[in-house]
Amino acid sequence: MNKNVERLYNGIIKENPTFVLMLGMCPTLAVTSSAINGLGMGLSTTVVLVLSNLLISAFRKVIPNGVRMPAYIVIVASLVTVVQFMMQAYTPSLSDSLGVYIPLIVVNCIILGRAESYASKNPVVPSIFDGLGMGLGFTLGLTLIGLFRELLGAGQIFGAQVLSLSWFTPITIFVMAPGAFLVLACLVAVMNIVRAKMEAKGKPLAKPSGCITGDCAGCGMSATCTGKNRNQQQLKKQSRRIDTDERINFNCSRICDCK
Amino acid sequence: MSDLYHVSSSPHVRSKDTTSKIMLYVIMALLPTSLFGIYNFGIRALILILVTIASCVASEWIFNKIVHKKNSIDDLSAVVTGLLLALNLPASLPWWEAVIGGAFAIVIVKMMFGGLGQNFMNPALGARCFLLIAFAADMTNFTVGAYSGATPLAQMRNGEAVNTMSMLIGKTAGTIGETSAIAILIGAIFLILMGVIDLRIPASYIITFVVFILLFGGHGFDMNYVTAQLCGGGLMLGAFFMATDYVTSPITPRGQIIFGICCGIFTGLFRCFGANAEGVSFAIILSNLLVPMIEKYTVPNAFGVVKTKPEKEAK
Repeated sequence: MNKNVERLYNGIIKENPTFVLMLGMCPTLAVTSSAINGLGMGLSTTVVLVLSNLLISAFRKVIPNGVRMPAYIVIVASLVTVVQFMMQAYTPSLSDSLGVYIPLIVVNCIILGRAESYASKNPVVPSIFDGLGMGLGFTLGLTLIGLFRELLGAGQIFGAQVLSLSWFTPITIFVMAPGAFLVLACLVAVMNIVRAKMEAKGKPLAKPSGCITGDCAGCGMSATCTGKNRNQQQLKKQSRRIDTDERINFNCSRICDCK
Repeated sequence: MSDLYHVSSSPHVRSKDTTSKIMLYVIMALLPTSLFGIYNFGIRALILILVTIASCVASEWIFNKIVHKKNSIDDLSAVVTGLLLALNLPASLPWWEAVIGGAFAIVIVKMMFGGLGQNFMNPALGARCFLLIAFAADMTNFTVGAYSGATPLAQMRNGEAVNTMSMLIGKTAGTIGETSAIAILIGAIFLILMGVIDLRIPASYIITFVVFILLFGGHGFDMNYVTAQLCGGGLMLGAFFMATDYVTSPITPRGQIIFGICCGIFTGLFRCFGANAEGVSFAIILSNLLVPMIEKYTVPNAFGVVKTKPEKEAK
């Protein structure tokens, strides 16, 4: 597969930031009370993500390792400011309803995560596609959650009344905070069922394409990683043979092909 | 062979009580309340009770089928959950909302956390709170038959006078099972006599609540007001049937008293200072969440073990 297409597929399906990596939960739960809010939040994050990946990847050889985090923050914060002003100018109502979550994109885990784990180590073009894939995956997740919450909580889809209020009583809990948790949990459960079915068929969806750090504990995939159980079984088998010191240092990278 | 002897490791003497037997006692204890509710609110109440129980049992059965677990509906706990939930609903609630409530209680609050014995909050109360937030208008609409709207608690909040005697008997507006303090007390006495519940949680709950109301209720030592607060709303039902749920209350005796005190304080806080007139269900599920911590700090000393204080280091 073409590397750029692979990056898109990776971001949208395989390592979907909302349903698989569970990153950026704060905006995911907070702004998805309607589909349009989710879409707006997702798209603005996508814009920032693509541009920040581009810039960080372009400057990756110039930025000294010791101050890379402040440098990333400066880049991301400048981009977020631009996006925020643009939204205030052209989509004021959306900007109002998203409120503080637009400036908070600066500290969104997805953006710093991709900068740290991908853009700072890879050339510009794949980095752009990586940002695009992750951003679209985030948008997809947020819009889906927003869609269900809006449908159940108000009987609307993108603001249009689809379930007539004459027979449908809106389940208002879904547009309130607890509803976000319920919908997210259900969608993740469905995602895991699909994943399990695909694996049973021999077409694994989420085989880790490469651990970021080589350490299962710090890996975002560890909840759904298919390699982990196998590794642990092997680890158990081998543990008698390995002396204590080695066992303590044992991590994912020794067995699975990560890194 | 006697059922009492088990050739196995300890314990060797076992109680004859089974889960289904205890649940049966609870159902019997709830009968006076349910019958009074049906008498008070008419056929709608009966239909709502049956629909809610059916929804709970059916969702447990379906869930067990889907996840290929051993079927557990014959322990009757789903019936108890359904009955308790129905008693906590206003009789005017549309039946399909009760079905959603029953399914939420069983699937999300109970089965998702591992089934009976693993749930961290009372399923019936969890579902009641879910419905209260989800269908706020329907859940607070108490207009049924002769009753028009406001519950005694809401009337008291608005400064209106209430008839304490009719609250004691239960001829007031409210949810199906909460109105009659006498019917609830009959069931509670039955449970206490059968040894299903003991008085620690209900007594500490109610005493704490009374003290709180005397101190902060704003009516001083007005006994009429205190009695009305005790008989109004879900306090009696909650104290005897919900807070004493085995799974979601502490197992240690001291812990049970602390748990009752927490329930009492929360209920008083919600009723005196909250946005709504009623707060029993929220108070109990909030206290349910504190149970692991309460149990951790109230572990009793084992027999014969001398408790040693950690010595302070010499300066």
